[in-house]
Amino acid sequence: MRQPPHAAVEVQGLSKSYGDHAVLRSVDLRVEQGGVLALLGPNGAGKTTTVRVLTTLTDPDAGSVRVAGYDVVTERRRAQRAISLTGQFAAVDETQTGAENLWTTARLAGLTRAAARRRAAELLERFALTDAGGRLVRTYSGGMRRRLDLAAGLVGEPRVLFLDEPTTGLDPRSRRQLWEVVRELAAAGTAVLLTTQYLEEADQLADRVAVLHGGRIAAEGTPEELKASAGQTVLEVTAADAAAFARLEARTPHPVAHRSPETLTLSFPTRGDARHLRTLLDELDPGRDEITGFSVRRATLDDVFMALTGAPATETTGTTDAKEPSHV
Amino acid sequence: MSEALTLAGRCLRMNRRDPEALFMAILLPVALMLVFVYFFGGAIDTGSAYVTYVVPGLLVLCAGYGSAGTAMRVTEDMRTGVVDRFRSMGVTGTPMLAGHVAASVVRNILATAMVLSVALLIGFRPAADPLAWLAAAGLLLAYLVAVSWLAAGVGLLARTPEGASGFTFFLMFLPYPSSAFVPIETMPTWLHGFAEHQPVTPLIESLRALLLDEPLGSAPWTALAWCGGILLIAVAASNALFRFRTR
Repeated sequence: MRQPPHAAVEVQGLSKSYGDHAVLRSVDLRVEQGGVLALLGPNGAGKTTTVRVLTTLTDPDAGSVRVAGYDVVTERRRAQRAISLTGQFAAVDETQTGAENLWTTARLAGLTRAAARRRAAELLERFALTDAGGRLVRTYSGGMRRRLDLAAGLVGEPRVLFLDEPTTGLDPRSRRQLWEVVRELAAAGTAVLLTTQYLEEADQLADRVAVLHGGRIAAEGTPEELKASAGQTVLEVTAADAAAFARLEARTPHPVAHRSPETLTLSFPTRGDARHLRTLLDELDPGRDEITGFSVRRATLDDVFMALTGAPATETTGTTDAKEPSHV
Repeated sequence: MSEALTLAGRCLRMNRRDPEALFMAILLPVALMLVFVYFFGGAIDTGSAYVTYVVPGLLVLCAGYGSAGTAMRVTEDMRTGVVDRFRSMGVTGTPMLAGHVAASVVRNILATAMVLSVALLIGFRPAADPLAWLAAAGLLLAYLVAVSWLAAGVGLLARTPEGASGFTFFLMFLPYPSSAFVPIETMPTWLHGFAEHQPVTPLIESLRALLLDEPLGSAPWTALAWCGGILLIAVAASNALFRFRTR
């Protein structure tokens, strides 16, 4: 018997290169049983590669990778039976019906014909697809397709669920429906590792967040801890003009959380009290003519992300990392 | 094995929803048969009714054309997330491709039956006993499996379905420089070497001998050896390719 208190995901020193491009450099990750970890990172940070290694699709070059207590290389079959993957590209057949898609996956998961039929019906019901179950998937909306995709991942009742950008391209309503499902699964004890470019999604769903940048974990903690690390509050100032913006930026002795020359705004972490804000404004603009406006707001994961990676989360170009192989 | 059957069922269901492709797979060989029998046949002297001469070759052409479609289906599959999902469930390349091959064989048995029916309607008069029919069916089946698996390998290699469709043309033209439509003796001498020794020639010769009750010689064994060799190479190569393309 294996010792029961193993984590759902335990990754130590995971490295992976494609040719001489190092995609992952000694990544450590841990997801507790029933926990939800959001893996954040700009495009090319290595999110998909991490998920591919954890779901046995790609072998790691180095490091120890265990899911549900099983090593993904030496205990591949056992690991595969404990996990489920819903990847970036829809894994359902357009020219099968919803029910047929679920049935096929259930049969491959080792269920008998009768059990597969029951399981398909159950999942259709649970994902509000019973009425659409007999229709070809090509007639489904994006949200229905995603729900079916997730349902197909659940046929084998996985203990650890991997979701690679599960809500990319969904409308806000479908996104909320999917969040609801993930919350229910987590509440029922399924561990979830999801990658996302939406910080709100991480904030809503995850009890822990790991920021992946340039193939390394740049920060890890609860969303609250991460926000605290960026300063609880952020002061955002607007410069009078481009010259003033440049002078402000050159003069500041403080770490800049975010700069945006286009809108002439700079933001700084602050403690949030009036005294600190007043001092900060005076230090930044002793002549009192370069700052035309300011606002004070609570730090968001966006600020954390900016501070750690120097790029907004949804930016698609401009990072120094090469794109990950697409595996298409 | 049960994985392969489940996946074959999946491919067949998906085929059924693509009637255009099935229709083409049947229509094209039938149309070709009509063209050869009625347009060219009168000018070709093979020493017997031309329709009777040409049907074995057409059956092989039809089988090659139909099987080649497997390449496009595999390429299509590799472009979706389905392969990743199945792989993360422990499904390996062999059952994945075996599913496609099985579906291709079923599809082609249907198409072959249609072509044969039309051939009988327009005057094809075979002289085979049940045993010879069975042997002919077995040879054609071996060819279907071998070529379908080869096509699956090509499907793994191709990046787009359009690229994979190039293979269809290759297999469609392979029977032309053989005894399928005209006796090899009527071709230029430099072509004899290729025409006599290429893989589909012994197959066509065997089918013709079996269906028309002519002396067989060693052709069926040569044909089987070709099919076996192609299948072995196709399975090994496509397994390696599958691993390479999905890493």
